[in-house]
Amino acid sequence: MQNMLTIISNALCRITGRNVGAQTVSELLIDLSEYVSLTSPAAPVLAQTERQPPKPPPVSTRAPAAELVSSQTDQLDRPGSRVVVSRSFADFTPQATFDIKKCDVHRLEEGPPVKATLTRDQGLQYYRIMQTVRRMELKADQLYKQKIIRGFCHLYDGQEACAAGIEAAINPSDHLITAYRAHGYTYTRGVAIKEILAELTGRKGGVAKGKGGSMHMYAPHFYGGNGIVGAQVPLGAGIALACQYQGNNQVCVTLYGDGAANQGQLFEAFNMAALWKLPCIFICENNKYGMGTSVERASASTDYYKRGDFIPGLRVDGMDVLCVREATQFAADHCRSGKGPIVMELQTYRYHGHSMSDPGVSYRTREEIQEVRSKSDPISLLKDRMLSNNMAAVEEFKEIDIAIRKEVEEAAQYATSDPEPPLEELCNHIFKNDPPLEVRGTHPWATLKSVS
Amino acid sequence: MYCSSWQFWSSLHKGSSGRCPWLLFPFFTLWLFAPPPSQLSRCDWLCVMTRSDRVVNCSCDWLKSLDLSRVTAFSPAEDRFNMAASLRCFLRTGKNAVSALQRREFHRSLPAAVQVTVRDALNQAMDEELERDERVFLLGEEVAQYDGAYKVSRGLWKKYGDKRIIDTPITEMGFTGIAVGAAMAGLRPICEFMTFNFSMQAIDQVINSAAKTYYMSAGLQSVPIVFRGPNGASAGVAAQHSQCFAAWYGHCPGLKVVSPWNAEDAKGLLKSAIRDDNPVVFLENELMYGVPFEMSEESQSKDFTIPIGKAKVERQGTHVTMVTHSRYVSHCLDAAAVLAKEGIECEVINLRTIRPLDVDCIETSVMKTNHLVTVEGGWPQFGVGAEICARVMEGPAFNYLDAPATRVTGVDIPMPYAKILEDNSLPQIKDIIFSVKKTLNV
Repeated sequence: MQNMLTIISNALCRITGRNVGAQTVSELLIDLSEYVSLTSPAAPVLAQTERQPPKPPPVSTRAPAAELVSSQTDQLDRPGSRVVVSRSFADFTPQATFDIKKCDVHRLEEGPPVKATLTRDQGLQYYRIMQTVRRMELKADQLYKQKIIRGFCHLYDGQEACAAGIEAAINPSDHLITAYRAHGYTYTRGVAIKEILAELTGRKGGVAKGKGGSMHMYAPHFYGGNGIVGAQVPLGAGIALACQYQGNNQVCVTLYGDGAANQGQLFEAFNMAALWKLPCIFICENNKYGMGTSVERASASTDYYKRGDFIPGLRVDGMDVLCVREATQFAADHCRSGKGPIVMELQTYRYHGHSMSDPGVSYRTREEIQEVRSKSDPISLLKDRMLSNNMAAVEEFKEIDIAIRKEVEEAAQYATSDPEPPLEELCNHIFKNDPPLEVRGTHPWATLKSVS
Repeated sequence: MYCSSWQFWSSLHKGSSGRCPWLLFPFFTLWLFAPPPSQLSRCDWLCVMTRSDRVVNCSCDWLKSLDLSRVTAFSPAEDRFNMAASLRCFLRTGKNAVSALQRREFHRSLPAAVQVTVRDALNQAMDEELERDERVFLLGEEVAQYDGAYKVSRGLWKKYGDKRIIDTPITEMGFTGIAVGAAMAGLRPICEFMTFNFSMQAIDQVINSAAKTYYMSAGLQSVPIVFRGPNGASAGVAAQHSQCFAAWYGHCPGLKVVSPWNAEDAKGLLKSAIRDDNPVVFLENELMYGVPFEMSEESQSKDFTIPIGKAKVERQGTHVTMVTHSRYVSHCLDAAAVLAKEGIECEVINLRTIRPLDVDCIETSVMKTNHLVTVEGGWPQFGVGAEICARVMEGPAFNYLDAPATRVTGVDIPMPYAKILEDNSLPQIKDIIFSVKKTLNV
């Protein structure tokens, strides 16, 4: 019942939302099908249905590149591989090895491994992370159309495998900086969903107390969230310099998009990073479009992994969380061993437009979006893999989905009901560790106070 | 015989050849015949000895000789300048020395003060802070092996090595971003721009990445960084290398903007800037680098800091308030000395900090003197002087003004190259004197 209401309200939002002219019935159905497929067990888009006794798995039609190799019972002596599930599904495969797509390399003898091992726990964790990011972004979309979120809102759905895969390969003590499509990374770096949504709605419970907005969210070892295209790349190289200076064996992951890849300051950062052998992983999230301009129309060379020239590079399938994880692991090892920076290109796709004010269909076709959704959706890819290797049950995924949707709903509730920051906060946090100072208001008689 | 004592001493000077002989000549041979030199003011002496009508002020003990081997000259012009500076120091208290000699008081207890150039003061400040906190490091073009484009970081690379003193390629946007990123990750960089003209290439990183971040993150992410380098006009470097950025950076909240004048300012303010947890833009002046100033004993201590945000009254006065910063403090002090002969006592305020502006100091002074003249090297439109005038209008001091405030600024043109044009593009002492008299309606 509750789900039906959600579906209807979502449909109504879309009907009354800003982009009513641009959306067709098919798009509406696509979004509705999202909800439907997640709750009903008999949806045609899923490859697997019920838990079955172990038998040779069929080749999945949804993941042509990843041939399923084996689903053997636990042979390794890794502790904790056998998971005790609350229900009596004790005969799940605890671990499986998958073939992943080989990465193209530039100035490297060899790339990351072509096989990735996934345990049941890891699989469920990645699924949870990606699904949370997906739901959070869709919720942000909904809130934006209700005009509860305003200004900029750049959504990350479709690219979840990048955030999940990178986070799986680095430590919490490593550093990460990205551009404005940052909600996914804000979550993977440890910020609660409700704080992210409250920041989007501009409330005092937000990460930056409502003062930053969509593009300026920060966390320990996460440096945002940067609004100026490309500016985050020299910043990331500087963070890597600090890691090298302090000798703490940490790396900095610096993300940018295909649009930013042509910025001059990137090449300045590449030069200095290579010169000083900074432990920096430069990652280009190539989602094929820089705002409304396709990569062919913007770049003389679309081999973004080669653009580092003297810096080694990898081209990675960004829709496969395991591929991203293995590549990032490889890159982190490369940096930590003192070999200097490395460039990674993640080939990925965003379902939404550049931002909420871009319908996303004037420069690409709906068929293209639909094709990626059906063939290469990162969440579905992972889910199919796990189901076909009997690593989890459909009900489990359903349970996780329901729990996540509840969590996101509660967070949205918090984000809409939390009060806005008080006006006394207007001038605070201009300087750090400074005595209180007076700030000029809009007219000479308005003297406002600023506290550090 | 002579129409004025000035002409006597001037003719004496013109007749001499070497340096040392005529230094001593007037004091020890023509006492009985010469008109008393005490009738001459400091400025007259300066004009005599340096054969120029431009005067630069300095305060030092003439009995301590300047160690000229420590001063690196770049051009004959600067060499003459430094020589003239040393003579000025000698002559500044020449009046006192002469009268002392006349009274035959050779035993004077000397203050434990030392003469230090602005360059050396900056060098000392950085050296002490690098030693004090190992998170502090310096990066910029030519700061390490070249000893600094203007030799400000001389000796630091030899002492601290590649890790703490980093030479960068000529990529301002890149290395400024790197410096800001390093500050975000816990270090305390000093980012040097060869001149602030080049900071325009990196201004996005200074404003959007450094200045605004603490506010945007509501206090989660601080950026403890210092951007320093020479600002404003130099000598003959023409339009693209002569812009003053005090107004540009002073416009932005989240930044502190500091503009020192003398050696004590330079050292104390740079130490404060490095210890500050916020982004600080430190505007030096190339023409002041080689000028020596007396530094008190207190200012030689390793913990000597000057608070950011407080102006200093360099000269007390009663008739007009002159508000200025950086190199033009010297100009104002010299103008004040000339005006004092005519009975106009000027109060000269050295701003020291552009942002946050010490409005209280200015207002207190204006309420005492009832007249305001601001002096700066930058362009007039939307400049430092414009802001001071607006603030004074909005505050209690407006009611104490007996005349509209006057701004003395650089001419509103890109800086030309030819010397005569360049000299007339910047405020001269005669311009300041003229403006004061107009403001006072005398």
